[in-house]
Amino acid sequence: MSEEKILLEARDLSVRIGTKDILQDISFSVSEGDWLMIAGPNGAGKSTIVNAVSQGIHYNGRILWKGEDLKGIRPYLLSRKLGVLTQNHSVGYAFTVEEVVRLGRYAWSPNFFKGRAEEDESRVDRALSDTGLTELRAQNVLTLSGGELQRVFLAQLFAQDPELLILDEPTNHLDMVYQKQIFELLSEWLKRPGRAIISVVHDLSFALACGTSALLMDQGRARGFGDVRQVLNDRTLREVYGMDVGAWMRGLLSEWT
Amino acid sequence: MSRQADSSKKSSRETFGLPAYLAFGLVTLFVFLLCVSVGSVSIPVKDTAGILIHALLGKAVPENAQTSILLSSRLPRVICVALTGASLAVGGAAMQGLLKNPLADGSTLGVSSGASLGAVLAIAFGIQVPFLPFAGTMVMAILFAFASLILILALAWRLDYSLSTNTIILIGVIFTMFINSVLSLVITFASDRLKSITFWTMGSLSGSSYANALVLLGALVICGGLILLHARELNAFAIGEDNARSIGVNVRRVRLTILIAVSALTGVCVSIGGSIAFVGLVTPHVVRMITGPNHRKLLPASLFGGACFLLLCDLAARIIVNPLQLPIGVVTSLIGAVVFVIIFWRARKEKGR
Repeated sequence: MSEEKILLEARDLSVRIGTKDILQDISFSVSEGDWLMIAGPNGAGKSTIVNAVSQGIHYNGRILWKGEDLKGIRPYLLSRKLGVLTQNHSVGYAFTVEEVVRLGRYAWSPNFFKGRAEEDESRVDRALSDTGLTELRAQNVLTLSGGELQRVFLAQLFAQDPELLILDEPTNHLDMVYQKQIFELLSEWLKRPGRAIISVVHDLSFALACGTSALLMDQGRARGFGDVRQVLNDRTLREVYGMDVGAWMRGLLSEWT
Repeated sequence: MSRQADSSKKSSRETFGLPAYLAFGLVTLFVFLLCVSVGSVSIPVKDTAGILIHALLGKAVPENAQTSILLSSRLPRVICVALTGASLAVGGAAMQGLLKNPLADGSTLGVSSGASLGAVLAIAFGIQVPFLPFAGTMVMAILFAFASLILILALAWRLDYSLSTNTIILIGVIFTMFINSVLSLVITFASDRLKSITFWTMGSLSGSSYANALVLLGALVICGGLILLHARELNAFAIGEDNARSIGVNVRRVRLTILIAVSALTGVCVSIGGSIAFVGLVTPHVVRMITGPNHRKLLPASLFGGACFLLLCDLAARIIVNPLQLPIGVVTSLIGAVVFVIIFWRARKEKGR
């Protein structure tokens, strides 16, 4: 692990809205092959990190992509590097599944006059079949369930084909069958060289099972960053959540017969 | 469930082919000819077409009352009506995509009222652009349209970041009432120089000239073209601003471009025909039922649809109480208000699910 290549690095990231400090001096980095889990209680600032990285809000500090400041990268070029799955999905109009997924190819042909390339076609088809949406491709998105909609946006992200996925609670709305499917899909996706994932999670057992590193947030501050098992240890979790998380989860599982 | 059995089939292409454009074009042409023919003096469609073709080819046309009415008054008016309808409709469609709200439109937001105030102020105070007649009115209308749009959106974002339908309507209504009262005030004091308040609040394209048509065409080609070029970005906004940013749309630049283009279109239309309400609301709504929400189809179809809709409204305004003429906005508002309620009703029902 000596030649780790850093993809994304945040240095002293701070966000202030009005007089309230939402994030204070957060630093972390993601290297190739990493799956960084961002954990913490509600309101800890997890989604704000995602918003800052996707350039959706004003922040202080620097976020670098392979050493280059994100603020200097043009939006469509940035989207080839990192793709974001946000938390709230509400579509206003009756687009079809395929139309939404196809928009994922925007970053690769931002010029209006450029026609639909073969590659776009095959990427969209692949993304649809990987997420099990091929059957629903002509379906109106307004008629989909929350879980199906989540898969549509994940498919869009796969079509976008970035090097780093940033997922804000990727398994939100999904039942267990699809949770498992998404985990396997993401693990498979991560195997290709040069890729990494950042995901915001609530489920700590999932964080421990899949994550390589973790960033534990508490009230806008980082309570730890590094190896997932070192950061998410029983003692720190007890302090952050104000309860014995480990004991509770082990207790829940022991009910399983 | 309304899932189609053949939904696994590839969906149809995202853009229109030649046949679709041809169909829209033919319908529009037919409506256009109908509107030129029918009026206080009706001329058979065949004769109308004959005269128009002769005039277009530069051949001599028979000199009689019919021809003179047709070429000097009715034709420029009908051309202006068609161009105004197309401009307002494409502007409305763009706003509805950008704000992800099917009720957004120049008239519901209060932008056309703002443009009216700009135009009225320019005339009342004699604001002019050197060397360009009429340009003062137009520039002021455009500036006021843009300023209104920014003001309304800033206010709406402050109150409610998600720009919910209720917020937008409430602010639009209050803003329109406020502007209209200022408008009445200015017109009362400068009534010698200004057209009636009815013109500025209801609109009329009677007496418009070929020069007006040329200006409208220019605005439509530039601003409408700019909007059409952003069809994919508007699709992304219509799905959600977060999503647009995620797929790589330059959110700020595109939003500013669309807002400026829509303001310019609204400003030009208002300075020529007053503020004609609801065209930009009704047309995209009806067109969306035919084409679906994809802006690559919706925007071009709205151009044709808006032209047809306003042409027919203008025709109705001319012949319903013949020989009197109604302001065109009376007709569009009658239809528009009903459609507005229907859209609002549906949007509420969808949310309740």
